[in-house]
Amino acid sequence: MTRDVFTSDADVRADSFRQLAESQLPRLYALARRLAGDEAEDAVQDCLLKAYRAFGRLEHAAAGPAWLTSILVNTCHDRRRARSRRPEEVGVDDVDDFSLFRRIADEDPFPYSDSLHLDFLHQFGREDVRAVLASIPELYRVPMLLTYVEGYHAKEVARFLDAPLGTILARLHRGRKLFERRLWEYAEEHGLLKEGPRP
Amino acid sequence: MITCAEAVRQLWAYLDGIVDESHREEIEEHLAFCRRCCGEVEFAEELRDFLAAQAAEDIPDDVRARLTATLDGLEQSR
Repeated sequence: MTRDVFTSDADVRADSFRQLAESQLPRLYALARRLAGDEAEDAVQDCLLKAYRAFGRLEHAAAGPAWLTSILVNTCHDRRRARSRRPEEVGVDDVDDFSLFRRIADEDPFPYSDSLHLDFLHQFGREDVRAVLASIPELYRVPMLLTYVEGYHAKEVARFLDAPLGTILARLHRGRKLFERRLWEYAEEHGLLKEGPRP
Repeated sequence: MITCAEAVRQLWAYLDGIVDESHREEIEEHLAFCRRCCGEVEFAEELRDFLAAQAAEDIPDDVRARLTATLDGLEQSR
């Protein structure tokens, strides 16, 4: 291979990486906000550096977005581990039987509503949902975000997190139940269960 | 026939398409006669849409500028 051809290939690769990275920046940053909070920007920067170095190993351009997601997820995981924060487990017995649907129906917070459950969800703004998600232990929050916000299949999530599928499914189950329960608790604590303007 | 509690426990997994065939049939058999659990299913779908709607998020201009500068730096370091 001549030097000119090598340089040309490198240029093409660099352009391809640039296009991929720029197109994914908003999505990566949004995910990093949910995974790493205030450290989101640093996490995306780390992710870009690692991805740039490894870009030659990406075989199919179509897999680029998921490949970047995987690098970002692991980058955030490494950052958390560096801070030595142990993942917090939650006993399934605590949450397994909670049903947000039934709690809303039983408590009937908006007696004049003909779409009670939807009205409940409409009380939550983007920042409220972010706060509820942030209150879920990361062990359950990360699979939840990747599956229900990012839209990845549980099998892909298992691959990203290097965990058995059964483990991911169990964490998704607990994560969903925790999300339901914490939506209700947040609504109670923040006065969202009253009709009329929010306090 | 499974109980409401058993059906509700599996609803999200059912909607995710990750229950096995026998459980799927049990849940559908239950849903065919239990109106309340049908409400649970509809609400679970609303919650899934609610979560998916959180994905759209703008990146602040200053953050985008700094991350773009990172990409510039990577290109220049070649």
